[in-house]
Amino acid sequence: MDNILDIKDLVVRYETEDGIVRAVNSVSLELPKGASLGLVGETGAGKTTLAKSVLRLIQWPPGKIAGGSIMYQGEDLTAISEDAMCKIRGKEISMIFQDPMTALNPVMTVGKQISEAIAAHENVSSEQADEKMREMLTMVGIDPERAGEYPHQFSGGMKQRVVIAIALACNPRLLIADEPTTALDVTIQAQVLELIKNLRSRLGTSMLLITHDLGVVAQNCEYVAIMYAGEIIEKGSLRDVFKNGLHPYTKGLFASIPKLNEDVDRLKPIDGLMPDPANLPEGCKFHPRCSMAKEICRCQIPEQTEISPGHMVCCHCFGSHKDAWKGE
Amino acid sequence: MGKENLLEVRRLKKYFSTAAGQLHAVDDVSFEIAKGETLGVVGESGCGKSTLGRAVLRLHEPTSGEVLFDGKNILDYGKAEMKALKRDMQLIFQDPFSSLNPRMTVSQSIALPLTIQGVYKKKEKEALNKKVREMMDLVGLAQRFVNSYPHELDGGRRQRIGIARALALNPRFIVCDEPVSALDVSIQAQILNLMQDLQRDMGLTYMFITHDLSVVKHLADKIMVMYLGMVVEHCDVKQLFAKPLHPYTKALLSAIPVPDPDVEMDRIILKGEISSPIDPKPGCRFAGRCIYATEACHGKDIPLTETEPGHYTACIRVKEIN
Amino acid sequence: MEANALKNNTAEVGRTEQVKARSLWADAVRRFKKNKMAVISLIFLLVLAGIGVTTLVIDWATDSSIYDEKVIDQNLMQRFEAPSKEHVLGLDEFGRDILLRILWGTRYSLFMSIAAVLAAGIFGVMIGAVAGYYGGRVDNVIMRLMDIVLSLPYMLLAIAIVAALGPGLVNVLISIAIGYIPEFARITRASVMTIREREFIEAAKAVGASDMTIIFRQILPNAMAPLIVEATMAVAGAILSIAGLSFLGLGIQPPLPEWGAMLTNARGYIRDAWHITVFPGLAILITILALNIIGDGLRDALDPKLKN
Repeated sequence: MDNILDIKDLVVRYETEDGIVRAVNSVSLELPKGASLGLVGETGAGKTTLAKSVLRLIQWPPGKIAGGSIMYQGEDLTAISEDAMCKIRGKEISMIFQDPMTALNPVMTVGKQISEAIAAHENVSSEQADEKMREMLTMVGIDPERAGEYPHQFSGGMKQRVVIAIALACNPRLLIADEPTTALDVTIQAQVLELIKNLRSRLGTSMLLITHDLGVVAQNCEYVAIMYAGEIIEKGSLRDVFKNGLHPYTKGLFASIPKLNEDVDRLKPIDGLMPDPANLPEGCKFHPRCSMAKEICRCQIPEQTEISPGHMVCCHCFGSHKDAWKGE
Repeated sequence: MGKENLLEVRRLKKYFSTAAGQLHAVDDVSFEIAKGETLGVVGESGCGKSTLGRAVLRLHEPTSGEVLFDGKNILDYGKAEMKALKRDMQLIFQDPFSSLNPRMTVSQSIALPLTIQGVYKKKEKEALNKKVREMMDLVGLAQRFVNSYPHELDGGRRQRIGIARALALNPRFIVCDEPVSALDVSIQAQILNLMQDLQRDMGLTYMFITHDLSVVKHLADKIMVMYLGMVVEHCDVKQLFAKPLHPYTKALLSAIPVPDPDVEMDRIILKGEISSPIDPKPGCRFAGRCIYATEACHGKDIPLTETEPGHYTACIRVKEIN
Repeated sequence: MEANALKNNTAEVGRTEQVKARSLWADAVRRFKKNKMAVISLIFLLVLAGIGVTTLVIDWATDSSIYDEKVIDQNLMQRFEAPSKEHVLGLDEFGRDILLRILWGTRYSLFMSIAAVLAAGIFGVMIGAVAGYYGGRVDNVIMRLMDIVLSLPYMLLAIAIVAALGPGLVNVLISIAIGYIPEFARITRASVMTIREREFIEAAKAVGASDMTIIFRQILPNAMAPLIVEATMAVAGAILSIAGLSFLGLGIQPPLPEWGAMLTNARGYIRDAWHITVFPGLAILITILALNIIGDGLRDALDPKLKN
């Protein structure tokens, strides 16, 4: 299969005065061309750090990419020059941020913000850029007549549409959407997700969708990766993970959300809390919260095991130490 | 049935004066909550659900209407009576980051209601400390955090402090304003379970405000859907999820992404966005976005009527479209 | 029954060791300590203040005999004597030891400034808190009054007040304090208005707290950070103002050893004896520099978000 993005053993650290924060630990992730991958995890799991490192937006100090590679169309993004990276940002890979309120410049008209994004990457006259800008606004469902208005004159959902228009203005091949609908109401979320879906199928854009909402993933992605404490603990196709999730954390996540299509008297939360990324536990990062944890989980980091083609799990119950785990 | 009502709200209105005109945050809302039950109030941002919760507690003074608690209209209460009433009615907040005073320790935050209400005198330090520790146990907060400051704790623990503070006075009625929206899913489940346990053990009555229908479905007995300050649908939770009648409720339900790849979603994508709550024109406020809207939907306010037994809807075409 | 609620988090309750709490103030102290310049400045200022207190104690113990003899009494035989081992900073135009005059002058320069700023702070914070908390008409009336005070050139205002009341320690103090009240009121009002909207204020209202409890126990502790920074800077400003007033002959009157007054008296002899102008000037300069560095250090320590 042809992958547009291939992340191998990526390590990202923040070196702060309170110690080293290991935000992303040896993450490997691949995104097939044209597909969409949902990256799921809770606050502090390292999802946003992972996304930002793809665009090399991690600021040093305190953060840095400390190892691994990010292959984008045969090029290692961790190794290329800053100039080359600038050409890729916005043109090849673009990003939608969580908060549409802060992602737009409040003193510039929305039209100008879109046409600037176009002019930055494409060799076009200002008239052509303007024309393209109007086209983009129409595409995201905003009347081009409103191009001269400022962000504060738009509602939250409309602002997110503008952000999407900017992100897609240069027909990027890869779209990274970091919680694009978390700040929006459900009916507006439905509109925005529908919009992204339509635009993607029209432009053939691949997408890395970062979210904590399992429902959004189920409705928008073909592949899923579950992230916990800076590691991918399970990944595979949507069906693999949602219907046949194996990792105790994946199971815990599904048991702890109230569902509209099922009735339960009592939710089953995951005990305990997310570990402090500056002070991660030894062995499997999830073992302090895991009901199935055994001695081996406390001292040894579980390796990835392929359950079925493409379905990977990081847990001792399935790995080469399976017998040791069972034997205890 | 025949349960006694703890709270009855009659034709409650809360308008805010703005430069552009009267903002109708809560417009003519009536409901009741029986003892020990939970009413879920659902709606999107700007629908007035939070204002409604605060108006019921008189944290926002209602413009008109009645709020009967134990059969007495609390809007007639004077300052002293109101202060005493706070022992019975409490509030849990959405944001565990801004609802705690960053300069106060856990024990100071929990003790605040007790000292302000004079439950313990200045001299009774020991008894107060004991009570604080009891409250921490009750909400599952470890004793070792008694002198910690909020910024040292995570969202889940902070929310537990907020709950302990609300429960310290042993109230009977609690308005919960999005108490789990700011939390991660695994922590959210812990807090929801805690709130259920507390309700059962202490006989609490909740008014549960949220935008998350799945949480309401899990927790509430009755449900009230609000749109632009008005109630559009009000019934038992089971009735609503089995058969939503109002077009807005239907759209809201269909917009929630279900975490199951096998569930084919038959989405109703609403056009447009919530209109301005400032000086709204008479008529159905949802009409502008409604696919069933006709001429008759405009021009006259639509009252909440009992469409089916115990199922109230504010829609004139409810019979035709269902 | 309550055990049920506990089931949620048994793991937590099992552990009993107390977590060592770190308040926001303790965090600020920790951050402040990392700023070397600020710590040095603070030590300098504390030493200066210590000397100031010592001189007061000496005067009290000796019934001001040393003060009268060394600091006030003139010795015209030795005027303009250059710095020497005996008189490290030399002698002034009346033959008085400049070092001793500077040290004895801290009470006028430093302590009076602190007193003036404290007075301005107390009134300003109360006025600003009331304006910010109640808003509306109260706010309008108070803040327009403050605007009027602010619209007058500060020095002119101080001169006018001193001119009306007559020169003298207390009058100088009053004139300086009045000038600083609007600044404190404005800063307090702005902080109070943002903090007022936070949910923990609503939580306090929901349990029946009175307005005064809310203002003093809930809001003001959270509004202190910018006020502390402002106070530090204001002390520096006040030292300059006192020196300025004295320079104009409206502040501390000779022969009292206020630094600004020392400069005024020395200015006629600037060509004859450099040291009698330079050293009081340096005293003012270094003290103000130290205060400003401390102020910057405090700002960074109290609001770490600003720095990055």
